[in-house]
Amino acid sequence: MVTTTTRAGERRAVRAPVKPRPGRIERNRQWWGWVFLAPFAVVFLVLLVAPLAYAFWMSLRTSTLAAGESFTGLANYQRAFTDPLFLQGLGRVCLFVVVMVPIQLGVALLAALVLDTLTTRLSRFSRLMIFVPYAVPAMIGALMWGFLYSPRFGPATDLFGLVGATAPDFLAPGTVFGSLVNIVTWQWSGYYMIILYAALRGIDPSLYEAARIDGASGRQIALRIKVPMISAALVMVVVFSLIGTLQFFTEPSILRNVAAGSIPVHYTPNMYAHGLAFSYQQFNYAATISFALGVIVFAFSYLFLFLTRKRSGLNS
Amino acid sequence: MSLQTTGGAAGAPPSEQTVRRPRRPGRGADGPDHDARGPRGSRLGSHLFLLALVLYFITPLWWLVVGSTKSNSGLFASSSSPLWFADDFAFVDNVQQLWTYQGGIYFTWLGNSFFYALAAGVGATILALFAGYGFAKYRFRGRNAAFALLLGSVMVPLTALVIPTFVLLAEMDLVNTRWAVILPSLLSPLGVYLVRVYTQDVVPDEMLDAARVDGAGELRLFFQVALPLLRPAIVTVLLLTVVATWNNYFLALTMVRSPELLPITVGLAQWQALSSGGAGGETLWNLVVTGAFLSIIPLVVAFLALQRYWQGGLALGAIK
Repeated sequence: MVTTTTRAGERRAVRAPVKPRPGRIERNRQWWGWVFLAPFAVVFLVLLVAPLAYAFWMSLRTSTLAAGESFTGLANYQRAFTDPLFLQGLGRVCLFVVVMVPIQLGVALLAALVLDTLTTRLSRFSRLMIFVPYAVPAMIGALMWGFLYSPRFGPATDLFGLVGATAPDFLAPGTVFGSLVNIVTWQWSGYYMIILYAALRGIDPSLYEAARIDGASGRQIALRIKVPMISAALVMVVVFSLIGTLQFFTEPSILRNVAAGSIPVHYTPNMYAHGLAFSYQQFNYAATISFALGVIVFAFSYLFLFLTRKRSGLNS
Repeated sequence: MSLQTTGGAAGAPPSEQTVRRPRRPGRGADGPDHDARGPRGSRLGSHLFLLALVLYFITPLWWLVVGSTKSNSGLFASSSSPLWFADDFAFVDNVQQLWTYQGGIYFTWLGNSFFYALAAGVGATILALFAGYGFAKYRFRGRNAAFALLLGSVMVPLTALVIPTFVLLAEMDLVNTRWAVILPSLLSPLGVYLVRVYTQDVVPDEMLDAARVDGAGELRLFFQVALPLLRPAIVTVLLLTVVATWNNYFLALTMVRSPELLPITVGLAQWQALSSGGAGGETLWNLVVTGAFLSIIPLVVAFLALQRYWQGGLALGAIK
C-alpha cells in the first residue's frame, strides 16, 4: 500500500553510496526510531487498539438483567445483521455515499479547476469564501441550515414567493434526505476544493504551454491533463468523503431537533449505536454496531483504494 | 496511502499524447486569444460561476450575522426578511443575555472549547512530530509493519471508537472529566503521515550526518536541526487537529455530562433542543443564534488571518 517507488529511491539514496551494510553503531542508532515513535505508539495502543479490541470483546458478550453478562459468541452480530433498524441505517448511509460523494467531488473539482485558471482579486476572494465553512463546526452548520429550512425562520417562503411559488417543506420525511445532502455539501466542498486546488498548483505549467502549442483548448487541458495529474488528490478526497459519510452523525442529530418526525433516532448506524448505549444502556449491542460499522468503513475504503491503485499511484 | 504526484503523473503521458494528436500548424494563429488564463468569454463565465458559488457558501453565514442582531420575537416576525436586519438592533441585548443566562454558562462552554482544542491540538502535534520524524529518518526493525498499521488506522472511523472508549474510560473513572475529551483527540494518524512525508522532503540525511559528526545527540538533532525546518508541517498539523477538536460533537456529547464541562457545540445543541421542545420548553432562539455567531468568529478570523500558512499546508498530503 506504500509507494515502492519513493521507498526504493530513498533507500538507494541512503544506502548505496555511503555504507552498503550498516555497522553495529549504525544499527543501534536506528533504534532511536522507536524512541521517537514511542509516545505516539502508546496513545495509539491505548486509544485505538485497546478500544477496538475491547469493542470486539464486548460484542461477543450479552448482558441480561437475570443472568448478568455472559459469552454469547457471534449472536450479537447475527442480531445486528438481521436488525431492520441497523440495516435501514446502513442502507441510508450507503445511499448518502452514492449521492453525496459525487456531488461534493463535482463541486470541489469544478471550483478548483475554475480557480486555477484565474488570478484575479475576485477569484482569490471566492477561494476564501468557498473554504470558510470548513472553519464552522458541523454542528453550527447544521443548526444554521435548520433555521434556513424552517418555514418559521427561513427565507424560503419569501424567496419562493418572489416567483409566486410556495416553498417546499425542506424538513418533511421525503425531502430531508436532500436537505442533509445540501448541508454536507456546503460544509465540506470548500475543504476538498482547497486540497484539489493545491494539487493543481503543483503541476508544472510548461505542460499547458506544450498542450496549447499543440492546439488543445482550455477544456481539453482541464480534462485531459489537469484531472489525470491530480488523480492522487482526487482519490484522497473521495476516501475522506467516504469515511466521513459512512459515520454520519452530527448533521442528522442536530436537524432532528427541529424535524423529529422526519429523522428517527436510528437514522444512521452511529445514531442508532449512540441511542442503544445511552438511552437503553445496551452497551454490548452498541459496541457490536460500532465495531461492525468500523469494519465496513475500513473495508469500503480499502476496497476503493485497491480499485484505484493505478490512478492514485498506490502500489501494493 | 502514500499519495504521490509521481503516481498522478503516471496517468499523464497517454493524455498528453491524445492532446497532441490533432496537431495543425495553422492553429498557432489562435494563440494570442488563448492567453494563460483562457479566452475572454469563458473568463466572464468563470467569474459568474464563482459568484454563484460564493453566494451559496456565504448565505447561511450572512443569515447568522443578521439573526444575531434580532430579538427572540424579531426572529419570527414576518415584518423583516430573514436575510435583512430588523428595525430594532438587539445584538448588544443578546450578548448581555448570553452573559447572564444561567450564570454566563455560554462563556464557560466557549472557554472549554478553546481549552480542549488547544490542549488536544498541541498534544497531537507533538506526538505526530516525534513519530513522523522517527518514521522518516530511522530504519528501525518493524518500521514497515508499523507504518502499514498507521496507514490502515487512517481508515478506521474514529466515531466507531467513541462508545468503546467511553466504556474503557468509564472503568478508569475518567468519564465526565476534561481528560475524556482530550485524550481521544490526541490520536492523529494523518498528522504522523503528513510529518513523515514532509520530513523526507525537507530534512536531508547529509545535514543530520554532518551534525552527528560534530557530536550532536539524536535528540538534539531533532530539536535543533529538524524542527526549525518542519515549521510549515507544524502549523498544518496543529491547524488540522485544533479544528478537528473544536468541531467535534459526537465525542464530547458522549464523554461529558456536567454542564460546566461541555464544549460550545454540545452546549448550543442542548439549547437548540430545549427551544424546539415545544410548548413546555423555553425559547432561547436569540441566544442560540447569537451564541453560534460569536462562537464561529475566532476560527473564521484565524483562518482568514493565517491563510498564507494553511493554503499550502492543508494540501500537504495531496501533493506529496
